[in-house]
Amino acid sequence: MKIFIPQDMASVAVGADRVAVAVEMEARARNIPVTIVRNGSRGLFWLEPLVEVATASGRIGYGPVNADDVASLFEQRFFDGGPHPKCIGPVEQIPFLAKQTRFTFARAGVIDPLSLDDYRRHGGYQGLEAALSIGPTAIVAAVKDSGLRGRGGAGFPTGIKWETVARTPSARKYIVCNADEGDSGTFADRLIMEADPFMLIEGMTIAGIAVGATKGYVYVRSEYPFAIRVMEQAIDTARRAGMLGNAISGSTHAFDIEVRVGAGAYVCGEETSLLESLEGKRGQVRAKPPLPAIKGLFGQPTVINNTISLASVPFILAEGAQRYAEIGYGRSRGTMPVQLAGNVKHGGLFECAFGVTLGELINDIGGGTASGRPVRAVQAGGPLGAYFPPALFDTPYDYEAFAKRDGLIGHGGLVVFDDTADMAKLARFAMEFCAHESCGKCTPCRIGATRGVEVFDKMIAGIDRDKNLALVRDLCETMKFGSLCALGGFTPYPVLSALNHFPEDFAAPPLPLAAE
Amino acid sequence: MVTTNLAWNVEAAHAIIDRYRDQEGPMLPLLHALQHEFGYVPREAEPVIAAALNLTRAEVHGVISFYHDFRREPAGRHILKLCRAEACQSMGSEANARHLLDMLGLDWGETTRDGRLTVEPVFCLGLCATAPSALLDGEPIGRTDAAILETLAREAA
Ligand SMILES: Cc1cc2nc3c(=O)[nH]c(=O)nc-3n(C[C@H](O)[C@H](O)[C@H](O)COP(=O)(O)O)c2cc1C
Ligand code: SF4
Ligand code: FES
Repeated sequence: MKIFIPQDMASVAVGADRVAVAVEMEARARNIPVTIVRNGSRGLFWLEPLVEVATASGRIGYGPVNADDVASLFEQRFFDGGPHPKCIGPVEQIPFLAKQTRFTFARAGVIDPLSLDDYRRHGGYQGLEAALSIGPTAIVAAVKDSGLRGRGGAGFPTGIKWETVARTPSARKYIVCNADEGDSGTFADRLIMEADPFMLIEGMTIAGIAVGATKGYVYVRSEYPFAIRVMEQAIDTARRAGMLGNAISGSTHAFDIEVRVGAGAYVCGEETSLLESLEGKRGQVRAKPPLPAIKGLFGQPTVINNTISLASVPFILAEGAQRYAEIGYGRSRGTMPVQLAGNVKHGGLFECAFGVTLGELINDIGGGTASGRPVRAVQAGGPLGAYFPPALFDTPYDYEAFAKRDGLIGHGGLVVFDDTADMAKLARFAMEFCAHESCGKCTPCRIGATRGVEVFDKMIAGIDRDKNLALVRDLCETMKFGSLCALGGFTPYPVLSALNHFPEDFAAPPLPLAAE
Repeated sequence: MVTTNLAWNVEAAHAIIDRYRDQEGPMLPLLHALQHEFGYVPREAEPVIAAALNLTRAEVHGVISFYHDFRREPAGRHILKLCRAEACQSMGSEANARHLLDMLGLDWGETTRDGRLTVEPVFCLGLCATAPSALLDGEPIGRTDAAILETLAREAA
């Protein structure tokens, strides 16, 4: 009897380890032979810990389970798929999952993340096999044809980046995976590493073959201890199986990967800051040019891509560029793992084709707020992304459509706020975060953000509102155009969107509310 | 789980530095290892690292001070990190944190007088769909509220 209990960081945070211990003890006490597989999460976090059992009619789920439920689960023979108040039926038929198009996250939560056999049985390493047979030039062409754009935030075409590195001659080149995932509201990179780490290894290996790089680094933020551990184990396993090392899968290609751990600096997610950090320096942003593709890590040509970008590649190679490119919206091709977070009823990872509207994502898929109160605002794209009011919920999920509304998709995070949100406080926080995380290289960011916090404090205290509001807008203007990177340059997005869409929160103090 | 750290000593530091110095870009791995061993990165470590990596002491100091992770003083026996980023804010994290800090008489980053507990801010743990989030001695905790934080703080002995 196979029982699946996730061990990704979020599931453990809500008690999955305690559930696993309870299941094991109860099974032993009742003399029932069970095999517990610690899978990754499927990304349906409101149901975690989600316990699944393999039955003749597929996997049946129970959730959210806590350790106290375990005795009654056994009583009800959950291991045969028996009825129980926590039973949610066949997992794959849960609408949240059934409505998804899982290209990149097809295996997440399904397999044992550290079993190479499981990985292969579920289509793993077919992309690499295809890559080895078609060779570097055709790999780059396939990634270009797929229309894949970088999922780290900027949306730059991945294939073009690879082509530049491939064409830059050098004896040493690098593949760097950006797993710094600092945006609040995002966890897709974490889930890739914790639920399907071989997919990332495969994607990086294909990138190495495509551009002629033999060394890869995964730069993981220190806030992700589980991801670090799983990646290190998976790399070790791949190496022992000959899938990393001097002769990848018996070919003439050499490639190896090392995990490096960040140190709590948000700005190190910016690609050049990350490279500085990998080199052992302060994470100060570099001026471009030169592009990292030409002069990157240790001065060598470097592919630096987000975790999702690299993890999308095995599917593209295995299934063909066309299969990826044929879905999507406008110039946004393929799928995006949208991450629903914050005050949302059904929080989790929803991979779908571009083009779905923001409103569908928040209300139909996410089910509105967790608190049950009306949705007031959604911050899209992390701490540098705009706050959208429900009036803009018809915006299609697409890079260009979001940009047209002064917002961004970023890394795919959507943070939901109910009507208790104080937009002035959130705007102030955006400035405070920028001041806290600034690398210090340019004045508009370093000084401007600190100044912004002071001005907000005055405004919130009711001092010279109109004058201070004008000052904030001025500061935003200066930051937008005088910053070297998007930390200083995009902080105006959350600030100005809060000001423009929720002016009532910045007006004179409201009259005391009548008793409710 | 209590974190026990070695008291600073140059020999142990040398042993750690020697483990990393031949890597490509050894600085961050080395600093993490030092902090893991001693619980913080003491000022005394700066000249030792500088000599081993052929850098100036100012350069080493510059790197350590850039990163929020590296502590310059020993922390309490337990470290509670509370997420202050937006998704956690949307679920009331700031009020919960304020309640706890007031109860302990601490500000962010401070340690209780008995050296038991340090409370630090963190900006997102990637647990944003089970917010508000915390990390106690490296163990993640989701769906927290003021009462849960209070219990965690009391039980961390
Ligand atoms: C302040 C800042 C933080 C960033 N953080 C991340 C991050 O955590 N992860 C990421 O992949 N990209 C991040 N980026 C974007 C990277 O600079 C870069 O565009 C990306 O790694 C390129 O990979 P891609 O083309 O696959 O998206 C950040 C950018 C800025 C300005
Ligand atoms: S905008 Fe801010 S973070 Fe970016 S380079 Fe300038 S100072 Fe550094
Ligand atoms: S915002 Fe708190 S865990 Fe992500």
